[in-house]
Amino acid sequence: MFRFIARRLLETIPVLFIIVTATFFMVRFVPGGPFDSEKATTPEIRANLEAYYGLNLPLHQQYTNYLKAIVLHGDLGRSTKYASRTVNEIIADKLPASLQLGGLSLLIALVLGLTAGVIAAVKRNTKTDYAASSFAMIGICVPTFVLGPLLVLVFAIHLGWFSASGWYDWQDRILPSLTLGIVYAAGIARLTRGGMLEVLNLDYIRTARAKGASEARIILKHALRGGLLPVVSYLGPAIAGILTGSFVIETIFQIPGLGREFVNSAFNRDYTLVLGTVILYAVLIIALNLVVDVVQVWLNPKLKFE
Amino acid sequence: MIRPLFGLLALVTAFGLVTTGCSKKSGASSNNGEKILRVGNGAEPQDLDPQATAGVPEHKIQSTLFEGLVTDAADGQGIAPGVAESWEISPDGRTYTFRLRSDAKWSNGEPVTARDFVGSFERILNPSFAAEYASMLYPLKGAQDYNTGKLTDFSQVGVHALDDRNLQLSLTDPAPFLLEAIKHNAWFPVHLPTLAKFGGIHRKGTPWTRPGHLVGNGPFVLTEWRPNQRIVVRRSPTYWDRDNVKLDQIELHAIENQETEERMFRTGKLDYAYGLPLSKIEVYRREHPDVYRQEILLSTYFYRFNVTRPPFNDVRVRRALALAIDREAIVKNVTRAGQQPAYNITPPSARFAARTTLDAGLPDQPARIAEARRLLAEAGYPDGKNFPTAELLYNTSDGHRAIAEAIQQMWRVNLGINITIKNEEWKVFQDTCLTGNYQIARAGWGADYDDPHTFLSIWRTGDGNNQTGFSNTDYDRILGGALSTPNETARMEAYQQLEAILARETPIMPIYFYTRVYAISPRVKNWVPNPLDLRGWKWIDLAP
Repeated sequence: MFRFIARRLLETIPVLFIIVTATFFMVRFVPGGPFDSEKATTPEIRANLEAYYGLNLPLHQQYTNYLKAIVLHGDLGRSTKYASRTVNEIIADKLPASLQLGGLSLLIALVLGLTAGVIAAVKRNTKTDYAASSFAMIGICVPTFVLGPLLVLVFAIHLGWFSASGWYDWQDRILPSLTLGIVYAAGIARLTRGGMLEVLNLDYIRTARAKGASEARIILKHALRGGLLPVVSYLGPAIAGILTGSFVIETIFQIPGLGREFVNSAFNRDYTLVLGTVILYAVLIIALNLVVDVVQVWLNPKLKFE
Repeated sequence: MIRPLFGLLALVTAFGLVTTGCSKKSGASSNNGEKILRVGNGAEPQDLDPQATAGVPEHKIQSTLFEGLVTDAADGQGIAPGVAESWEISPDGRTYTFRLRSDAKWSNGEPVTARDFVGSFERILNPSFAAEYASMLYPLKGAQDYNTGKLTDFSQVGVHALDDRNLQLSLTDPAPFLLEAIKHNAWFPVHLPTLAKFGGIHRKGTPWTRPGHLVGNGPFVLTEWRPNQRIVVRRSPTYWDRDNVKLDQIELHAIENQETEERMFRTGKLDYAYGLPLSKIEVYRREHPDVYRQEILLSTYFYRFNVTRPPFNDVRVRRALALAIDREAIVKNVTRAGQQPAYNITPPSARFAARTTLDAGLPDQPARIAEARRLLAEAGYPDGKNFPTAELLYNTSDGHRAIAEAIQQMWRVNLGINITIKNEEWKVFQDTCLTGNYQIARAGWGADYDDPHTFLSIWRTGDGNNQTGFSNTDYDRILGGALSTPNETARMEAYQQLEAILARETPIMPIYFYTRVYAISPRVKNWVPNPLDLRGWKWIDLAP
């Protein structure tokens, strides 16, 4: 197992290198630059700005400088948009909010999704199943930018229980986490139901029944383990997405998270911030996929580390 | 055997607990008899350094923390003394001598001197500092040469401290709008010893602008900056006019989404919403007239024609297109926020209103359409026949698309021509306009200061903001002479001639003058309309 993990970690290096290189050159070849604005500056001022940020150097030199700074100092450079902040600082500043939001949403998603999925599978083709499956279907179909304002309208504006937006105290956390959580809960519920249905028909479940195991034991101990496999492979990339922030949720609820930086940096041609967020996202996806692989082997005795 | 699942759940729960535990309790302001104003302030500021930024949200924050030689008047019109208590202008309009008040202080207690201004102006003009808005100071003698590296001796630039309290500015040409212009944050003084302490005077983005570090000279001091959340400033104990500052604290929230901002306003978390979403305007106008405000803004929405490319190298075609659209219908049915139809580039103000506009002699829409058809036929396209393919370009936005579609339809119905519309992402769009790689392109222009010069100076040959290829020797000559005219009447007359040339040549097609629609709590007092949306924060008050 350790050899497996070590090998996978080594494989990460060329993958990250390719991602950084491709992103570096791709953002540069997009028309428009960080200093274009509605009011054009004079060519001299533009030249001063480019010199200040080292954007006047030949591209290959900028590229090697960038790589050197990352590898030697872990320095992701300076943001051209937010002049007083470095990319490291912006990420350190924004990631915690995204992690909080993501963590709470994931909790909600797992609790709601797994419960609904298991119940739907056990009571398949009954009214309970239809209710749970409908919930899942609605959750998948209703986009967050509809669900979010809807929840705000009911719980913040009419009932006044939680905050409509902001990110200061616990009341601010509820609605955004719920919005994001419900969307993922829907996906998890469907996958859990599907996985469980498949497993519940297998021989070993029948064996368990035959030897007189209680229904709860059969479902929680025997069936869930196999039934969760599709959920686990879905969770890897989903967690990476959920933790690096959601542009829509952060915008609707006014949350200082990384999702907005991820999207806006591209619009602002803030080259270093684009690269910084892409690298972070890539590292998270790679790491979580590795975790998923490990968990899958753990859950499924048929798989082996190799 | 559901251990992995529990492990995962435990991890997630821990995340939630640990991270929520970190958050500080704050949010809704608890005012123990204190006057705390909470306002929406648009985008997250790029920085708080007044010499490193050019945006409006930044300006609003900076004008709480810093004060220039003059500042915004209480009634929102014109200027009030700031650090300068008085000033004299030489008869030729080229020399301004400011007398600084003796009690002007930095927030660390040191006096604000004329030398601080000289050092600050050197900083923004220094090429190695690379300030985006250094050009704001170009009216100063030698400033442009110093900024572009042609001049290296700053003592030759037109700013001199005669002594601690007397500052003299010398200009290349008279600039009658100078007192308006120096309200801009590019002219604010900065505390150089603080800059030196935090990494150097000529560097951007050093931590000097953080709470606890920032030394300013404005009515408020910085106490909190949470990126993408809010900036909090508190009344300054050292500000010279502190007895007239009404508010104890201002919270400026960075909110770009108008829907979110409106919900915050509705749930009482804001006293002022910077903008209202289009879908809410009608409701507010009808049901909440006590909080609804609509104001003129000195900004114009227009289309550029690329006059170097057929068919728009023919002035008749440009005029035909510009006359054939129904601006009243656009502001009434499409933009719907009280905008004013525009037939010229400079928005009307107390100072200036264009006499000759695009629609001169064409009093109503049928007359304008008839003239447009006649011009198009004269150009060789009767009823739009054989009109070449042409494209209208706009930057991606629902609002711009709706306007473009309406105009496309008006051209089709009124002139019989088909113009395709295309959108581009903002930065791509700017690149396209800058390189002149378009036929018709959407544009907007807002004033930096209240003077027609800011709208008319950009159409000179080769100006970076011209972007139409328009070049007219008469225009360049009159514009060049405008600033040296003997008096204001003559100068305004020059601008009238420039407007007449633009109306005749039509390198641009004005569509409407912007308005600003917002919501404000009736508790906020002394919030006066201002055509540039500038705020003299010290005048604003909050009723209990």
